[in-house]
Amino acid sequence: MTSVKNTNRRERTIWTILTVLVLVYALFPVASIFATSFKLPSDLSTGKFLPTTWSPANYEQILVGNAQELFLSALRNSVGIALIATFIAVVLATLCAYAIARLDFPGKKLVLTTALAVSIFPVISIVTPLFNLWRRIGLYDTWPGLIIPYLSLTLPISIWTLAAFFRQIPWELEQAAQVDGATTWQAFRKAVVPLAAPGVFTTAIIAFFIAWNDFVYGISLTSTQAARPVPAALAFFTGASQFEAPTGAISAAAIIVTIPVVLLVVLFQRQIVSGLTQGAVKG
Amino acid sequence: MASITLRNIVKQYGDGFPAVNDVSIDIADGEFIILVGPSGCGKSTLLRMIVGLEDITAGDLLINDVRVNDKAPRERNLAMVFQNYALYPHLTVFENIAFPLRLAKKKHSEEEIRQKVTEAARTLELTDHLERKPANLSGGQRQRVAMGRAIVREADAFLFDEPLSNLDAKLRGQMRSEISQMQRRLGVTSVYVTHDQTEAMTLGDRVAVLKKGELQQIASPRELYEQPVNLFVAGFIGSPSMNFLPATPAGDRLRTPIGDIPVAADKLQTVQGRQVVLAGIRPEHFEDATLVDEAKRPQGHTFSTELTHSEWLGNEQYGYISFEAEPEIHRLLANLAREMDADELRPQIVVTLDAASRIRGGRPAELWVDTSKLQLFDPETGINLTRDAEAGRELTAEADAARKEEIGLARERQGVPVQG
Repeated sequence: MTSVKNTNRRERTIWTILTVLVLVYALFPVASIFATSFKLPSDLSTGKFLPTTWSPANYEQILVGNAQELFLSALRNSVGIALIATFIAVVLATLCAYAIARLDFPGKKLVLTTALAVSIFPVISIVTPLFNLWRRIGLYDTWPGLIIPYLSLTLPISIWTLAAFFRQIPWELEQAAQVDGATTWQAFRKAVVPLAAPGVFTTAIIAFFIAWNDFVYGISLTSTQAARPVPAALAFFTGASQFEAPTGAISAAAIIVTIPVVLLVVLFQRQIVSGLTQGAVKG
Repeated sequence: MASITLRNIVKQYGDGFPAVNDVSIDIADGEFIILVGPSGCGKSTLLRMIVGLEDITAGDLLINDVRVNDKAPRERNLAMVFQNYALYPHLTVFENIAFPLRLAKKKHSEEEIRQKVTEAARTLELTDHLERKPANLSGGQRQRVAMGRAIVREADAFLFDEPLSNLDAKLRGQMRSEISQMQRRLGVTSVYVTHDQTEAMTLGDRVAVLKKGELQQIASPRELYEQPVNLFVAGFIGSPSMNFLPATPAGDRLRTPIGDIPVAADKLQTVQGRQVVLAGIRPEHFEDATLVDEAKRPQGHTFSTELTHSEWLGNEQYGYISFEAEPEIHRLLANLAREMDADELRPQIVVTLDAASRIRGGRPAELWVDTSKLQLFDPETGINLTRDAEAGRELTAEADAARKEEIGLARERQGVPVQG
């Protein structure tokens, strides 16, 4: 008994140490940015990890100060574009995945393979052609000009996740509901939707992250505040004078755009994990 | 309660392949009908047509003499238990059972629903699990929840689609008897699809044997066993399967691989003038010659042979005799095996011997065969040439009478207040 307990305790200790190591490795950059975002410009090159005085000056600068216009418009663009791209992707992917999971039609494999091919296509290689094309047809530096390429990123993964998810829904349930006295619509609403909803929701969150985190399209296909999203806008921050680096302000903006992502993950942790592992575990 | 009538039912898929072909069955009120056959015989399709999940290509389906071909499943008032139970994973056991009641809104008050669900849960011993989700239940419990959902409905008939095939052997036996008792207690018309012949024989008032979408025979289990209409039914029903031996009529005997067997004159008459027939003998109609009752001995024939090997099972033992067969017979047996979805039938005889028999493989042995139970089949058409239709009808009529009596008894017992 005692030996079993001992091994258990030792195992736990090892796991704890490993977990802490991984956490430190992963969170150090975040912590560093967080600390930097509270530093005064004079504090930036002291080589210390923590600021000597905690100052909200950087946040003031981007939210109400001279960088306000740059940051807030970028934030508005990011939220709007990511939400619209997510919405369209989820609606289209739901229809597509439903068909893939439930119907037998010629070209089913082709759809899935194409989706996969699109998602592994290197983004950087189509940025230049898109830049030229968008300028020609007037989509350059507009919201649709970013939403369309974002769809090419979010649609494939949404289709794959949802198709895997829908395949797991036992369609017998729909028939069982009909035998139990439900109309076709009732059967769909009461037996299928409750099971499909978590999958759709998870897919939406994943798609939102992808659109929200994009940098390459954001920097290449925009030129003004009309459409430039936050990750791209960060590069355009300037210091108070040309001799001052805008590191503090950039850090503060980075922290702010990280908040919604962290919030979403914390709130919907369970759904995201189960959504990501759908299809991996039978049950 | 309802009667169900299938009249020349046909199901044809897009490619013109008939999954069910011209099936007619009359199911009486309170009857327990089994649809059985190898996989791909159309039994599940037939069931799904009755419940309304598959369209009927041609023919009429009548419930209580009303044609329901074009009615949606929910208008047919039938309850179905699916193979995978089809429980709603997001609902508790209570809500799963209450689901059909909630759909029929307005009809039931909340109080009524609770009372009905509690009552059903009590009969199915699910009372302790009402607040749990299906994922946390064992296979047997899920099965019972699925039945609970059927019971609360007070549906006209119950349809079962291989409901026990996902359970382990022990539980299957237990659930089988529970289903049987429940059916008698409720006296509800039931149609049950299975490929397991033990379920078919033990549960059914009548069993319908299907092959490639066509109804072969519908009769009581005993009639199927003792008076099969053809080779397929004879081979499919019974385990181990009936032995088929090539036989040539010669005088008052049949020449077979195990020697010349004397056969009753009336049986021989049916095969007069034929070159080759197939003699069907069930394994249990063989016995160790030294262990046969003196009184029984005259109705059979004793012969010498050699077993290749034997298997001792405790209550009985199986012995195996191989024989040489012509390529033609070989082909016939292989064909039959394929139709029955079984492994290849080797030219081999399986005999069931008393557990006390000392006969072992590899040594000469004296066996006795009960020739009065022998049946003869046409090798080409498969028709049973020696079938006694009259005797068969009697067996099925007996089963019908037994059913009525059992349901009557069960209803009587329900009249008595339940103790405890």
